[in-house]
Amino acid sequence: MLQTLFRQTLPLWIVLLCASAAPAAPISTPENMAERVRACTACHGEQGRAAPDGYYPRLAGKPAGYLYHQLLNFAEGRRRYGSMAQLVQPLSDDYLLRMAQHFASLDIPYPAPSREAPRISPQDLERGRQLAVHGNPARQLPACTACHGAALMGTEPNVPALLGLPLDYLTAQLGAWQTGERRAHAPDCMAAIVRRMTPGDIISVASWLSMQPVPAATHARTLQQGLLLDDSLRCGSAPELNPQPHKKGQP
Amino acid sequence: MKKWPLWVLVPLQVSAALWLLMAAWVLWDNWGRQASTPSTAETLSTTHTDQQQIERGQYLARAGNCIACHSVRGQPLMSGARAIDTPFGTVYSSNLTPDPETGLGGWSAQDFWVALQLGRTPTGRLLVPVFPYNHTRLISRSDSDALWQWLQSLPPAHQAQPAHTLRWPLGTQAALAVWRSLYFDASAKVDAPPEAPTAMQRGAYLVEALGHCAACHGQRDLLGGFPDVQDLYGAAMPTQGWYAPDLLSDAQTGILSMDTAQWLRRLQTGYHDRSVASGPMAEVVQHSLQYLSEADAQAMLVYLQNRARQQTQIHNAPAPAPRWSVLDIGQDIYKNQCAQCHGKQGEGMPQAYPSLAGSLAIQQSDPTNLVLSVLQGGYGPSTQLRPSPYGMPPFKLTLDDRQIAAVLSYVRSQWGNQASEVTPLQVNRIRASTDH
Repeated sequence: MLQTLFRQTLPLWIVLLCASAAPAAPISTPENMAERVRACTACHGEQGRAAPDGYYPRLAGKPAGYLYHQLLNFAEGRRRYGSMAQLVQPLSDDYLLRMAQHFASLDIPYPAPSREAPRISPQDLERGRQLAVHGNPARQLPACTACHGAALMGTEPNVPALLGLPLDYLTAQLGAWQTGERRAHAPDCMAAIVRRMTPGDIISVASWLSMQPVPAATHARTLQQGLLLDDSLRCGSAPELNPQPHKKGQP
Repeated sequence: MKKWPLWVLVPLQVSAALWLLMAAWVLWDNWGRQASTPSTAETLSTTHTDQQQIERGQYLARAGNCIACHSVRGQPLMSGARAIDTPFGTVYSSNLTPDPETGLGGWSAQDFWVALQLGRTPTGRLLVPVFPYNHTRLISRSDSDALWQWLQSLPPAHQAQPAHTLRWPLGTQAALAVWRSLYFDASAKVDAPPEAPTAMQRGAYLVEALGHCAACHGQRDLLGGFPDVQDLYGAAMPTQGWYAPDLLSDAQTGILSMDTAQWLRRLQTGYHDRSVASGPMAEVVQHSLQYLSEADAQAMLVYLQNRARQQTQIHNAPAPAPRWSVLDIGQDIYKNQCAQCHGKQGEGMPQAYPSLAGSLAIQQSDPTNLVLSVLQGGYGPSTQLRPSPYGMPPFKLTLDDRQIAAVLSYVRSQWGNQASEVTPLQVNRIRASTDH
């Protein structure tokens, strides 16, 4: 009786046996990208980390288009950091794109924002919030949310999240944009915006951003049609942010 | 007016006359030898279709690594303006696309041939010798014409060549003329390469003419004088910090002891089981060597191996083992930082990370390239056969000079390796020379 039962359910037993053995086998993608990007994760880590020469941002879960453009920016001299340039120069555009896609596909929880008390006054912090959420139309400063999304978690495929980044990284990047040390594909909308900001604006916005908690859904959002930039500000690195020019013969 | 005494006047006049004579000779040497302008007949031939000729030109441009210097990543192919650092200042490459204003739009095939032969533009302007015209003058007329046809087939790109920032007076035409009279013999006879070359002859042509290997692997003097086109005896690359090894030394490159299949793979992919092309050589593999036909790559090897056999090969004497105190530190660092990829016994991981045991690259008596590899890390080049290479992280912020010296001394003395200890001072100097 038992023997019959066992015989009849033999396939099931075999499947169960295989299932329990399977996790022991190494899990690897056919391309083994995790192994191929070890030179990257040594510095960037899973969630980014600080080093004596600055802060290495996290890469996981950022939009692939954004990451790919940054790799090209290092290879083509629009962003300058010796170690990054040396690493990416011998690599083809195609391989850089696959690296970007690999990091974009990872899902790693963001660290909680720093608990440190802000080093600026509550008024300045409020000014930072105002600028980030509403911008300042009188000074032609769009809100961060206009492009980076209402949740500030970025928009696919080219605009990165602004939350989950430490204060020193944010201020360093905004400063680099202001001095031309960091650039994007022309027309460089971010450079145009940052050049309209004062040092006070930068520290206020960066401080406010660095203190916001990261929402549970960490992936970049799809572009909201209502958030498009007007024609005065065009983005070479994210052309989808501008309304498509009307084609001839169409209304 | 008081007359100059004769004992002053005569030597003055003699020396003035000598100076004038020399200046006249320099002038004639650089601009006067019109008669010696090579008059080989054009071969813009009817025997090949244009498309075949253009493809041949592209192949030759790759074999000559023209693209690496005359293109900037992200900019139109061959539109120049790449900054090249030299000990004398920064030089920018020229735009070779057919753009009429900023490129070679107004040139003829003959003008291009003369530029390759004499390092001179049609207007008589002398070109800065970062352009290796001591090598390009060995290029055959038919290859020059094929190159020309390929260049003319490219889309014209409007990109002005930025002005060189050479220290005065080095960039002036007068200084270039004097330099050329010292180092460049435009009148030396060049034998046209044979119609049906042997592998050895073809290899010589690829190494000495197109490939201009001596430009890095040969030794320049203090004035940056061209090395002989056959000088492959190794040289420290100024400004970049890397050491371009002696290609004919078996101890440095394994040119004789490594098997041919491994060598071919090294040329085509920059990778073999015991070393990876890095720094400037990665660029050569990326833009040039990976595209060589199997026959041409083999011809280069035949040439190098034949010449290496004629050299007296000196093998490094085994060095005494480093001190235990150093080895202890080195072993610890190796376990924590290196063994994951390079293996507990330095065995590497096939196809991904080179083995360190028995590696010549690890055991060079001059540890410059080794130290640079640890400081800067790096990927091998993406190539057709190996499009997605593995990489090594930079350690310049993680490990200090003492630690790098210790871990390198460790790997240089383990698993059969017998090379000398690396000192923290050596690491410090190499780090300082490349930290910009």
